[in-house]
Amino acid sequence: MAKNLYQKVWNDHVVRQLDSGQYQLFIALHLIHEVTSPQAFGMLNDKGLSVAYPHRTFATVDHIIPTDDQSRPLADDMAERMIQVLADATEQNNIEFFAPESGSQGIVHVVGPELGLTQPGMTICCGDSHTSTHGAFGCISLGIGTSQVRDVLASQTIAMDPLKVRRIRIEGELSSGVSAKDVILHIIHTLGVNGGVGFAYEYAGSVIENMTMEERMTVCNMSIEGGARCGYINPDETTFEYLKGRERVPQGDAFENEVMKWRSFASDADAQYDDEVIIDAKEIKPTVTWGVTPAQAISIGEVIPDPDLVEGLERNLISDALDYMKLEPNQPIKGTKVDVAFLGSCTNGRLSDFEQVAAVLKGRKVTSSVRAIAVPGSEKVDKAAREKNLHLVFEDAGFEWRKPGCSMCLAMNPDKLIGDETCASSSNRNFIGRQGSPTGRTILMSPLMVAAAAIEGKVADAREVFGLGEL
Amino acid sequence: MKAISKFSGRGVYVEGNDIDTDRIIPARFLKCVTFAELGSSLFYDVRFDEEGNSKGHILDAEQHQGAEILISDVNFGCGSSREHAPQAIQKFGLKAVIADSFAEIFHGNCTTLGIPCVTMEKGAREKLSALVEADPEAEITIDLEGLKIICANNIFDINMKDSAREAFLAATYDPLDNLLAASDEIAAIAAKLGYA
Repeated sequence: MAKNLYQKVWNDHVVRQLDSGQYQLFIALHLIHEVTSPQAFGMLNDKGLSVAYPHRTFATVDHIIPTDDQSRPLADDMAERMIQVLADATEQNNIEFFAPESGSQGIVHVVGPELGLTQPGMTICCGDSHTSTHGAFGCISLGIGTSQVRDVLASQTIAMDPLKVRRIRIEGELSSGVSAKDVILHIIHTLGVNGGVGFAYEYAGSVIENMTMEERMTVCNMSIEGGARCGYINPDETTFEYLKGRERVPQGDAFENEVMKWRSFASDADAQYDDEVIIDAKEIKPTVTWGVTPAQAISIGEVIPDPDLVEGLERNLISDALDYMKLEPNQPIKGTKVDVAFLGSCTNGRLSDFEQVAAVLKGRKVTSSVRAIAVPGSEKVDKAAREKNLHLVFEDAGFEWRKPGCSMCLAMNPDKLIGDETCASSSNRNFIGRQGSPTGRTILMSPLMVAAAAIEGKVADAREVFGLGEL
Repeated sequence: MKAISKFSGRGVYVEGNDIDTDRIIPARFLKCVTFAELGSSLFYDVRFDEEGNSKGHILDAEQHQGAEILISDVNFGCGSSREHAPQAIQKFGLKAVIADSFAEIFHGNCTTLGIPCVTMEKGAREKLSALVEADPEAEITIDLEGLKIICANNIFDINMKDSAREAFLAATYDPLDNLLAASDEIAAIAAKLGYA
């Protein structure tokens, strides 16, 4: 019978059904970091257990690492301790650790793909909700809690209920200046922050097929912001071309054999889905958030919603969000003053994000009232950007070019908003207090739009600022 | 691990849709290597100002001290997978969460820790929230076996994921022992898939 990718990968990895009705699922690749995983080693010790398949787990540090001075010991004692606990635990358990200055450290969802650890047909887990990123390669990739990190370390399996699959087809061609980030913000706005609960999202259609792997990662990354436990894209020539020659991918004939296997995971043409949504690419414009969930978004030409035009709880949600954001209904979002510009994160911290922005930044300056930082997603991204002198383009324009980490996406390191500053951010969450100040305000947008906001000092249409064609 | 089938406690209603795990436990409190101290940081930024003074949040209201059942609205626990969120809820002294709906990772994390997440029809849940606000002393009895809530002479239907209910009743909500029991099958899959 015809199957979709989710069904094929699930069936391959099911160990058995448990008495509760859940399934025990083998996890092909387990990624860990310093915030949600060290506690799991303590849990293992308490139970006298050891790591069952240490070669299937890889570690890095990303959340708490400073992006200015990374010299050890770190200035923050607890941050230093968290890294040390992870370093000790991985050493004691024979787990490979991509430590700072190893050349491979970075945000866990940047590191896995760029090393080629992430491969089609895998089940992937990490104690981090943006694990959905890896679905771009045709994987079932799941964010898990620390107790499940413990489960994977001890057994290389998790207990899980099966998901339904919704295919989201984006058909047509994106307009100039519209990016992968706009596509996923549009999808979340359309289907809601909890529209995906119980589902895996399969992203398909001509727009997705024409995307690069880095664009596909941006889309899959934010699946969780739409409530979907995971999102994926069928592997194709773009996927195989990206993986070819990567450090942890087989080479030569072995690679060709892998490709044959990888290709077989793609959804069959006549596969069945539990739901299908079709979106016309023409509807998608540069999109920005105005509220405190990623679904509270509008296209750059629209006005901020009016709570009085809706009923009930929705009215409260809008008015509470506007109170927090200090925004007025019925006003254009364009022109909203910004204080900080953040370019980076597991959503948009890859080489192509910086290349795309550098191409338009040349000869332009960040306005003096804006604090702008560019944070590469990994040491490899940093190195590649430096080899192309991109860091100089950013620095000339008035951005600080930082060292790799999660940085101001969740502000567990020193990169934080101050007071009620507004940040034009290429990250994934605009939750209340997300960027480190309990009153800080986040406006999510694409890297191009962040650059436009940094130059103008306000939310701006990148197509106008950079002359990118049609509006 | 003890079976959880029926228990009683007082409730507290924290209003809001889409209450995310950053709000339940702000990221700066994730700077720790154990979960032991998280209880006091629960909902920190909505409970306290920047000097640490109480903002008079409902969780700190005198009449709700000792409440053991948290009630909220739609899509509770969305966002980050941080287990710190349910850990903070549990260490604060809350033993169950009732909402219109839950985000999935949060729901799974709660289940593993032995915190039942039960859902109710919106109307019924609103009535329960109102009862608790009107009478903070009202005892709520959650019956996972009968899928009912009893509060102040009212009986409400509740829903929960079948697998979670089974796991609470059978005391298998922490699945690790069960997972480890299949070590031979796990080894076979690992070998078959080339991951051994």
